[in-house]
Amino acid sequence: MSSDLDAPRTLTPRAIARTRRRESLAGFSRSFRKSRGGMLGLVIILIFITLALLAPFLFSRSELDVTQATAAPYLSPSLSYPLGTDDSGRSVLALVVWGARVSLLVGLCATVLSMFIGTSVGIMSGHFRGFTGGSLDRVTEWFLVIPYLPLAIVLATVLGKSMLVIIVVIGVTSWPGTARLIRAQTLSVGARPYLERARALGGSNWHQMRKHLLPNVMPLVLANTTLAVSISILSETTLSFLGLGDPTAVSWGSILETAFDNGAISLGAWWYLAAPGICVVLVVVAFNLMGRAIEGILDPKEEII
Amino acid sequence: MSLFQEAGVPGAASMLTRTSRGVNPTARYVVNRVVAAVGTFFFVIVFNFFLFRMLPGDPIALYTKGRDVDPEEMRRLRAAYTQPIWEQFVTYLKNPFAPGAQSVRYNLPAWEVIGTRVWPTLLLVGSATIIATIVGVWLGIRSAWARGKRFDKVSTNTTLVLYSMPEFWFGMILLIVFSAGIFGLPGIFPSGGLSTPGVDTGTPLGWLNVAWHLVLPVTTLAVIYLAEYSLIMRASLIDEMGQDYLQTARAKGLRDKGVRKRHAVPNAMLPTMTLIFLNLGFVVGGAITIEYVFSINGLGSLTVDALRGPDIPLLQALFILFSGAVILANLVADLLYGVLDPRVRT
Repeated sequence: MSSDLDAPRTLTPRAIARTRRRESLAGFSRSFRKSRGGMLGLVIILIFITLALLAPFLFSRSELDVTQATAAPYLSPSLSYPLGTDDSGRSVLALVVWGARVSLLVGLCATVLSMFIGTSVGIMSGHFRGFTGGSLDRVTEWFLVIPYLPLAIVLATVLGKSMLVIIVVIGVTSWPGTARLIRAQTLSVGARPYLERARALGGSNWHQMRKHLLPNVMPLVLANTTLAVSISILSETTLSFLGLGDPTAVSWGSILETAFDNGAISLGAWWYLAAPGICVVLVVVAFNLMGRAIEGILDPKEEII
Repeated sequence: MSLFQEAGVPGAASMLTRTSRGVNPTARYVVNRVVAAVGTFFFVIVFNFFLFRMLPGDPIALYTKGRDVDPEEMRRLRAAYTQPIWEQFVTYLKNPFAPGAQSVRYNLPAWEVIGTRVWPTLLLVGSATIIATIVGVWLGIRSAWARGKRFDKVSTNTTLVLYSMPEFWFGMILLIVFSAGIFGLPGIFPSGGLSTPGVDTGTPLGWLNVAWHLVLPVTTLAVIYLAEYSLIMRASLIDEMGQDYLQTARAKGLRDKGVRKRHAVPNAMLPTMTLIFLNLGFVVGGAITIEYVFSINGLGSLTVDALRGPDIPLLQALFILFSGAVILANLVADLLYGVLDPRVRT
């Protein structure tokens, strides 16, 4: 601490802002740790992320190869196959663990894309008056009305089947809700005096949006992100189930697709259907719980469940 | 709820307000909403044009795949496709439904194929919505009244889980438990379709047969949607219960139960009903996977067929139809809101 005293203290605005941000972050994590639902969600997500990262060490890739499967098809759960086997004798547990990689990856990447589009459009449509803002707002509303699943199906059909396409399709179809939310927040922030000051001092539009509006809408963006991840993962599952996913990758949705196509229902192979579905539900619930907890902290008026 | 209230085209709305000053406010409101809906539908039509121009490869080959097209027609289609894009666009706008609107798979005009498939979807979606509305609103009211108590906690957590399920997966689980029958359970419900082949659906016995087939798919859709409705109803009722006028009503000496029933619930119904109507359009699209899982020959199964083909003209027509359904539902929700809540009309 003595070196601190020796050196002349320079409190630049940047340093003040940094300290303030660090303090509010610490306060946020304190409140978050108090929320039982939020912590439960966080733990579930961390478990799944660990499993996804460790997948290559837990099960070798060859276990996903249909030609190298040794077990009989449709074995019900046992000690050697805790979640049973699929129609070609692969371990469902291995499939589910490997599937977590694709499902989580697609869910997270699609969310980042959707958040990026939604936040940029939202800030710009809230910041610019007149033609630019008006038309951006109108485009948002049009996209809000287009039913999301048919649009995603059409896009995925037109663009072909690959993981990148699925990510783009989900990102491009799920941003309008975020844009709406961010626009409203931008409008309310934009009316505050310090933005008028920034304008009066000659701050460019870019400067105002990046330095003043973005940091102010960021908490809302983060809360929205956790909720958006759950929607992205559900979408990935649905699109893969319809056969629009990457045909070479195993995801929870594609496991459900092969299970359904191979008559797992009439054969009563419940483990084959239950395992990937329960994973989806767990992850989606976990992200929802976290999102609710964050919303509750940011806006104490909102009730936490 | 502002999100739903404002859906539409505000620019068009304010433009009209300026020119139609002095007109009866209700009429102005209705005109504004209708103009906004037409504008949005126009956007969908335009969007549809550019969407399918992104097709990789040879779109004409995709359009006419498996069809016996005479070479003259083929040449005409190709010539149309090599025109400058804006000329194509103008031609398209003159009649959006004409070019290549022949289903590849069924070799019939796309709209004719769709026409025969509308009723099963409406039957499925209609019954599911009615059940989801009644049960969802009831659950929401009970949870809000018992806020923080056991019933509320159990019901809110259950709805949260239901809301997080992929609907087709829930359908498959119901199928495997109640139709295939596992753990020695008897499979009591049919595995799919709308009626047993050979049964005349015109007779009362036939209706029963259809109803029996609908139990599982309708339950699936209803359970997923009632989760959402009950959450909204609960939130808006809790919001309403904090209002001052309820305090006044209680202070006048009215009984608590009456205050809730006659004052709070009707007001809280507003956002819930709007959401349900808004959802109506989306439910039609949401039935896609359910119809596929339960092999019901409606628009949803048709969509899956079209994407498997791919039958692009049919998919295009379905896309316009689904979007149109949402826009129409939106318009009805807006108008209904205007009737129920006079404040938005001014």
